[in-house]
Amino acid sequence: MKWHRVCTAAALPPEYGVAALLGEDGAAVFRTAGDGLFAVGNVDPFSGAGVISRGIVGDRDGEPTVSSPMHKHVFSLRTGTCLDEPSVALPTYPVRYRGGDVEVGLT
Amino acid sequence: MTRTLVVVGHGMVGHRLIETLRSRDESGSWHVVVLGEEAHPAYDRVGLSSYLDGKTAADLSLVSQEFHTDPRVELRLNTGAAAIDRRNRTVTTTDGAVLGYDALVLATGSRPFVPPVPGHDLPGCHVYRTLDDLDVIREQATPDRPGVVVGGGLLGLEAANALHTLGMTTHVVEMAPRLMPLQVDEGGGHVLNRLIGDLGLHVHPGAATETIHADREGRVDAVTLSDGTRLDTDMVVFSAGVRPRDELADAAGLERGQRGGFLVDDRCRTGDAAIWAVGECAAVEGRCYGLVAPGYSMAETVCEQLLDLGDARFPGADMSTKLKLLGVDVASFGDAHAATDGALEVVYANNAAGTYAKLVLSDDARVLLGGVLVGDAGAYATLRPLVNRELPSSPEQLLLPAGGGVSTGALPDDAVVCSCNNVSKADITGVIDAQQAADVAGLKTCTKAGTSCGSCVPMLENLLTERGVSVSKALCEHFTQSRAELFEVIKATGITSFSELVTRYGSGRGCDLCKPVVASILASLGSPHILDDEQAGLQDTNDRFLANMQRNGTYSVVPRVPAGEITPEKLIVLGQVARRYGLYTKITGGQRVDLFGARVEQLPEIWRELVEAGFESGHAYGKALRTVKSCVGTDWCRYGVQDSVTMAIRLELRYRGLRAPHKIKAGVSGCARECAEARSKDFGVIATEQGWNLYVGGNGGFNPRHAELLAADLDEERLMVLIDRFLMFYVRTADRLQRTSAWIESLEGGLQHLRSVVVEDSLGIAADLESAMDEHTRDYTDEWSGVLNDPEKLSRFVSFVNAPETPDPTIRFTEQRGQIRPAPVELPVPTVRTDQEVSA
Ligand code: SRM
Ligand SMILES: Cc1cc2nc3c(=O)[nH]c(=O)nc-3n(C[C@H](O)[C@H](O)[C@H](O)COP(=O)(O)OP(=O)(O)OC[C@H]3O[C@@H](n4cnc5c(N)ncnc54)[C@H](O)[C@@H]3O)c2cc1C
Ligand code: SF4
Ligand code: FES
Repeated sequence: MKWHRVCTAAALPPEYGVAALLGEDGAAVFRTAGDGLFAVGNVDPFSGAGVISRGIVGDRDGEPTVSSPMHKHVFSLRTGTCLDEPSVALPTYPVRYRGGDVEVGLT
Repeated sequence: MTRTLVVVGHGMVGHRLIETLRSRDESGSWHVVVLGEEAHPAYDRVGLSSYLDGKTAADLSLVSQEFHTDPRVELRLNTGAAAIDRRNRTVTTTDGAVLGYDALVLATGSRPFVPPVPGHDLPGCHVYRTLDDLDVIREQATPDRPGVVVGGGLLGLEAANALHTLGMTTHVVEMAPRLMPLQVDEGGGHVLNRLIGDLGLHVHPGAATETIHADREGRVDAVTLSDGTRLDTDMVVFSAGVRPRDELADAAGLERGQRGGFLVDDRCRTGDAAIWAVGECAAVEGRCYGLVAPGYSMAETVCEQLLDLGDARFPGADMSTKLKLLGVDVASFGDAHAATDGALEVVYANNAAGTYAKLVLSDDARVLLGGVLVGDAGAYATLRPLVNRELPSSPEQLLLPAGGGVSTGALPDDAVVCSCNNVSKADITGVIDAQQAADVAGLKTCTKAGTSCGSCVPMLENLLTERGVSVSKALCEHFTQSRAELFEVIKATGITSFSELVTRYGSGRGCDLCKPVVASILASLGSPHILDDEQAGLQDTNDRFLANMQRNGTYSVVPRVPAGEITPEKLIVLGQVARRYGLYTKITGGQRVDLFGARVEQLPEIWRELVEAGFESGHAYGKALRTVKSCVGTDWCRYGVQDSVTMAIRLELRYRGLRAPHKIKAGVSGCARECAEARSKDFGVIATEQGWNLYVGGNGGFNPRHAELLAADLDEERLMVLIDRFLMFYVRTADRLQRTSAWIESLEGGLQHLRSVVVEDSLGIAADLESAMDEHTRDYTDEWSGVLNDPEKLSRFVSFVNAPETPDPTIRFTEQRGQIRPAPVELPVPTVRTDQEVSA
């Protein structure tokens, strides 16, 4: 696995997401309130548009989530599963802080 | 074989009968011919007064499109029945046609009683029963001139309310020593006399009308009363009771009740087995009923007989009434006059508050027999179904405001919850338990409960809650509060961040429901820029990028064009920008131009060019003021009576940027032709010769609704003040995503209540609302300029943080009619993973 730098940690505020050009379609990287880091695919599987990083971060019953801005489907940030339609999921990627930066791992 | 039913009279009851019959007559066994003497098909006579208060004849109509196209119903308007030939079973119409019938239903209603005092038929004397009557009254009413209503009963007060609404100085003459003598007892009557007097109406109790005098042209100009008082007046409206319209009886040899009306048995059948009578014209076992609910039960009874569905008998009627006139609540139910032997009366009067309540109890004080409420009728909905039942708690408890006093759980299953439509508790709980309805709207559709006077709606809410269907106002799993409650919390505590709010007043971390709501409230309360700090993460993507997301992840650009007025220079700039960035260009339904297909990283450059050319954000992305649509007005139009364009620009600039529970649209028309469609907007302003009429609560979209008149003939300053108050009150109290139309419907007391708050300042908050709006207007800055001047905000406008120059490869276009359009997408194959795979 290879780690790719996404941005500085300061550029990713809590409860916010950014998109990174990685692999073919990009990854959406989120930082939650407790400084948790999550990375999932950026393409909304219901519309095919690269918009997941622009969704609202939150939680459902304690599970960290992002809601797609296209048609409001809610996805688990941990597993990528769509909580409204569990047969659909986003890919997930390993992610870490490293020397003041945020990095995503790709195989 | 098809039989013919002739219905005489297309009023409320006649129409209900036909509607019910057609909905149940699956085999189509009846062909219906209905004769209506009026020019209008059946309309809501109960709501007649609202015709003077913004509603149109079309709004009041009870007739659906299907009814008009139903091949089995033939409606003849402007046609009366002149005679009945029982032997040959025919009806002769006033235009001479002869119609055969197998069954005949008489539904001719009542006529207003006009006392035979000298001068009762002079020009200027009117009655109050039909749309036509109201047209004449409206036409002849002159603001600030006196008008006299004869009769201080329920209908008399409606008529008085109407003259008051039309701006006349109104007198009410009532023979009894108090208003509403039939419904209200002496104590209640005094409170009522005072409350109505306080509103500027002149009440003359204990006086009869003796003579009506004419001026030299022979028109009404004064009335003398039995106590010698002489009242100068332009107009007299008789509202002193009604008489059943039974004039067809004699010639046809049909029997009449002692006090008039077609005499019928408890199946509503006359002495002739083929003829029934229903509604106000029927004397059921000798008694006539002047309310619509008993009429509906009669219609039901007759339908069952016509369709051989059973042998239902008219069950008798609940004569309870509740009304709200000029903001004064009055209700009476059951044995309001304590006529039952040994009945006890328990009275609670609060002179300071202007409220009066009386409960009538059985001699052992255990059973509720009836009651009277004046000033505050909040307890009516819970008390009425308890009539003739054992009291579930102490009388004081019962009089607490609606819902507070009695739980609906204490009601027996057969208690009638909606008396207008005769719906029992069991009917309602049945529908809830079968999961056919999960909210009040659903219950209305399934059972008709709550669809007439609306006073039972609080009970419907209670029943839903009790059956475990939550009608909770909770915003989402993170906040138990409603939007309006959160607004109050934020305002009172001065909290300025979502994280503090959710920690102190909520749970968890929030979601896409509560975050944008809180962002909107913070913005309404004057926080600096919607993308400052933590706020950015609260916004829906549209607000986060100050643009509307399109289906392929690109955005649209909509600059503000106040009132649709634009110079050629600015139009050219729009064209140049669109051409430079290859944007799809379209004129919107809101009188401005929309440029589609911009990638997120292009938005700042595009907007920089637009802002430099003098454009600003149009807030097409926000729950905020959208457009104030305008017609061209006096400057150009031959018919205009006011300068609508200048007014619309003024309004658009005053309210631009105002964050609200939902979007707000407005319109200004320069005359009554209404080319700006102002009445389909949240607020609409229509020019009159004297000034401006203000309409509120209109909506297009999913549930179209016309705006209703809030106030008339306003000058410019007063107009702005009322709109300030209206909008701020909406911003503070509406629910999430509730447009003004739904908000007004949800207010207890509806438009009347809104008018009392906004126009009459009944809550004493007008000054606060106005200064909040002043503050908003003063602090307004263009959101796009705010981004362009802030490098940190600008840095977020990239498709990819690690490759700011690279466009998103998923965005692709094709071409159509010379412009771009999103290329069709192939949806990616969804990935499905299990928890183990993820953690591995
Ligand atoms: C562009 C436009 C259609 C057009 O090409 O003419 C339009 C486009 C959209 N409308 Fe609209 N509406 C447009 C005029 C209208 C009108 C007519 C009007 O304003 O005169 C209506 C009916 C009037 C009304 O609102 O009462 C209208 C009723 C809606 C509704 C339903 C609202 C409702 O209460 O039922 C929605 C959905 C919503 O807001 O929840 C909606 C939502 C939308 C959205 C925002 C859907 C979305 O979420 O993407 C569309 C995207 C606009 C964009 O990207 O810029 N649009 N929309 C019009 C923009 C007007 C403007 O200049 O701002
Ligand atoms: C201002 C006002 C407010 C009211 N408020 C309330 C209220 O709050 N609650 C309540 O329960 N009730 C209220 N009512 C009473 C309610 O409107 C009536 O009880 C109801 O309309 C009775 O229905 P109906 O069909 O019997 O008579 P109507 O609705 O009067 O209809 C009878 C129709 O028959 C027509 N007709 C008569 N004779 C002939 C003929 N020979 N040939 C053809 N057509 C004929 C008439 O023109 C009329 O259109 C109110 C009435 C008024 C006027
Ligand atoms: S009507 Fe529907 S499709 Fe058309 S612009 Fe409005 S929201 Fe979009
Ligand atoms: S009681 Fe009037 S609508 Fe239910």
